[in-house]
Amino acid sequence: MTDVTEVPLTTKADWSSDQEVRWCPGCGDYSILTAMQMLMPELGVARENTVFISGIGCAARFPYYMNTYGMHSIHGRSPAIATGLAVARPDLDVWVVGGDGDMLSIGGNHLIHALRRNVNIKILLFNNQIYGLTKGQYSPTSEQGKVTKSTPFGSLDHPFNPVSLALGAEASFVARTHDMDRKHMQAMFRRAHEHQGSALVEVFQNCNVFNDGAFGAITKKDNREAMLINLDHGQPIRFGADGEKGVICRPNGVAEIVTVADLGADVENQLLVHDETQMDPSRAFALSRLASRPTEPTPMGVFRAVERPEYAGETNAQVAAATAASGPGDLEKLLHSQPTWEV
Amino acid sequence: MTDIAEPPSAVRDIDHVIVRFAGDSGDGMQLTGDRFTSASALFGNDLATLPDFPAEIRAPQGTLAGVSAFQVQISDHPISTPGDAPNVLIAMNPAALKSDLGRLEAGGTVIVNEDAFTERNLAKAGYDANPLDDDTLAGFTVIQVQMTTLTKEVAKDLGDLGIKPRDAERSKNFFALGLLSWMYTRPTEPTMEWIDAKFAGREGVIAANKAAFNAGHAYGETAELSEHHYQVRPAKLEPGTYTSINGNTALSWGLVAAGELAQVPIFLGSYPITPASDILHELSKHKNFGVRTVQAEDEIAAVGCALGASYGGHIGVTTTSGPGIALKGETIGLAISLELPLVIIDIQRGGPSTGLPTKTEASDLMMAMYGRHGEAPMPIVAAYTPSQCFHAAIEAVRLAVKYRTPVMLLSDGYLANGSAPWKIPDVASLPEIPVDFATEPNQTNEDGEGVFWPYLRDHNLARPWAVPGTPGLMHRIGGLEKEDGTGNVSYSAENHAFMTDVREERIARIADDIPLVEIDGDADADVCVLGWGSTWGAITGAVQRIRSGGDKIAHVHLMHLNPFPKNLGEVLGSFDRVIVPELNMGQLSKLVRAEFLVDAESVTKVMGQPFTAGELEAELRTAVAAKN
Repeated sequence: MTDVTEVPLTTKADWSSDQEVRWCPGCGDYSILTAMQMLMPELGVARENTVFISGIGCAARFPYYMNTYGMHSIHGRSPAIATGLAVARPDLDVWVVGGDGDMLSIGGNHLIHALRRNVNIKILLFNNQIYGLTKGQYSPTSEQGKVTKSTPFGSLDHPFNPVSLALGAEASFVARTHDMDRKHMQAMFRRAHEHQGSALVEVFQNCNVFNDGAFGAITKKDNREAMLINLDHGQPIRFGADGEKGVICRPNGVAEIVTVADLGADVENQLLVHDETQMDPSRAFALSRLASRPTEPTPMGVFRAVERPEYAGETNAQVAAATAASGPGDLEKLLHSQPTWEV
Repeated sequence: MTDIAEPPSAVRDIDHVIVRFAGDSGDGMQLTGDRFTSASALFGNDLATLPDFPAEIRAPQGTLAGVSAFQVQISDHPISTPGDAPNVLIAMNPAALKSDLGRLEAGGTVIVNEDAFTERNLAKAGYDANPLDDDTLAGFTVIQVQMTTLTKEVAKDLGDLGIKPRDAERSKNFFALGLLSWMYTRPTEPTMEWIDAKFAGREGVIAANKAAFNAGHAYGETAELSEHHYQVRPAKLEPGTYTSINGNTALSWGLVAAGELAQVPIFLGSYPITPASDILHELSKHKNFGVRTVQAEDEIAAVGCALGASYGGHIGVTTTSGPGIALKGETIGLAISLELPLVIIDIQRGGPSTGLPTKTEASDLMMAMYGRHGEAPMPIVAAYTPSQCFHAAIEAVRLAVKYRTPVMLLSDGYLANGSAPWKIPDVASLPEIPVDFATEPNQTNEDGEGVFWPYLRDHNLARPWAVPGTPGLMHRIGGLEKEDGTGNVSYSAENHAFMTDVREERIARIADDIPLVEIDGDADADVCVLGWGSTWGAITGAVQRIRSGGDKIAHVHLMHLNPFPKNLGEVLGSFDRVIVPELNMGQLSKLVRAEFLVDAESVTKVMGQPFTAGELEAELRTAVAAKN
């Protein structure tokens, strides 16, 4: 592990590769890339110890543009490939980048298993609710009834909520951010980086060609105060220009948006105080259900950040423990470990 | 162990015996066969085994579907197969008798557990009448023993140790083992020691098993079975230290050895599948060699995490069987495009689809060769005996590391589960596996600065293996076509044609780095048998028999199937007839026809069982006779 103090100071340029960026002009991916390239110098990590792994899709081109190690792999498999890398090389910072199709459709299985194992990889899920690279089919996060090239009569599929899914897999770190707010993105990426274990950050990302404005109702500057529910650890959950809205939890466990004024006296005791460290993921899950579509007030920030054993570290600890217990492997001894006889 | 007392006069020497244990899946036949084998191995016999069990863990009791068998040949001379027709069949129930009697040699010996021949069991096996009472067994020597009754009888004093009669019944396989151990004068100590170790802490079980074993042994001695008391003396094998090993264990140890030889950790990504899972089990024990094992969520993840580990500088390995290879195809293609080391191990079984999970077949050769989209060549190494799986694994790793390529290693269910004595190699004699990680820039840019080009090749056409963590060599790789040298994404038509050629040429050139084929038998024969994989044993046996009869025949066996050894075309061309026995519908014969325009004749078997030497002998004799 490189000592943080030894890492030379870098700038955004140092983290940018020499490759021409080829996303459509106006794509939300540009702002995510910039956020990452600007954040990296602040994290005190070395470029050579940083790896971006991706699958297939627009988002998956991301590694080509980072001046780090990187692999643009195959559709859906990046969490599996990253798991192998992270277990083999716990000294590295391994990031995974993919879109909603890559991560939730073809690669859904790898995603949930990476999350349940709690392997030290940081997964950035660029959710634009559409298939971009194949030119506009509905995705597993598209709203039901969506008319696309492959669903001229409207899609029949019920969508995934990526945050709910990740919490269902008991991910130890789950956050949400969006491509219109660089500072918030960087804060979430930084938290993911600092977390020990697998982290999932959903990034609402605008596809201006095939699904333009999908998140506009909540992410446009003028709409944010009323429509984004910022989750701050230890704080009562309130939003709106004057904090006039809040979130309470009903006795049946369902989280609900209320007008604070309607709560009468003792407001602070009724509002839900956000606790990202709660081991039971139920409360975080309830929060993830507040919005069924990004046209309703939607929570942003860290839903869950808990500590549990990290897979790569545990795997390597077993190797170390076995070596301490039986000594380093002795091939001669292994080959004679079953009953033998002399001729 | 070779110093043995002069046997009493009742003991007759025989040069080999083929024993087949058959019973219900719950009767412990694999264990019994395994113990008989181990005792014989320690005694110094040469041997070969054929475990033959159903896919169901517990098929309906007493049915034909539930019959589990274990065949072993032991001999006082080198042998290459578990034998053709068994000399002795142990049938623990009517179903076992019904399913396996047809295999027994004419005049052979049948030992039956008489207690199991109840009306209910007879009906389940489809017998209208008790075969012990009619002429079903006419012509065979029949030994009827009340194994269940006798086993319960000796266990009745073990009540203090918590052994109830119903528990005791489970030890009847040890009764059978004891009886066989007497019949063939097997040492008893190894079995006693094994029982102690295996059931340590369960005194009742130890006592019941030992009592049953001893009762079986004593039964042989005291009952009127003396004429069946034989001895197979130790075989005269090459001097050395031996152990009895099955293919999957040998293969696992080969991987461990390869990691040591390369001084690079082995990383196994695997998903459980028959008959490959034992490699995952075995490797997961050897963490003190730095071996990492991940039981992945599926076959695709298994190869994916192996590839991720290879990218990180470990030797990525994935183990599976045919269905798993089908799922891994896309990732193998990625590995071919990334040009990273990776070892893919296919323990073949009967297909298509789920096919015959526990039965052997070697029908994945074409999939290994061509089972990917695009032009995606990769080396193929095939193991041919259980113990040779050790060396085949080392060779697969050597090629993968040296040429930065995925390598397909083919074994099969027969090799995986079959055992044979193995002369333990001298560790110092194992090949070196040099690993050469890139550490420095390999190119200079316009400004005279050192830069790193990930697809700049060495004299073997292998690209540098530059692992994350290496300062100054940051680079991006991916599945998109890339420009020669720089590795940047390139859609240029000329570049794609060039890269396709290079990928092909890189694998083809491995032919310069593998041994030429050697001819076993008569180089001046008219007929040559060309084999690959586990058919080695049966072909060797058949060729020996034909040659000992004075006829000429040659045998060429391939360990490398892609690329072929450089002299293969020339060697095959020097014979009038080339006959290719395969446990598939003729896959290698098609490959050699295409490659060398040789009129290879195919002999095929797809019955979930290996060839016997006798079957091949008959086929080959016809060919040899036709030429004379």
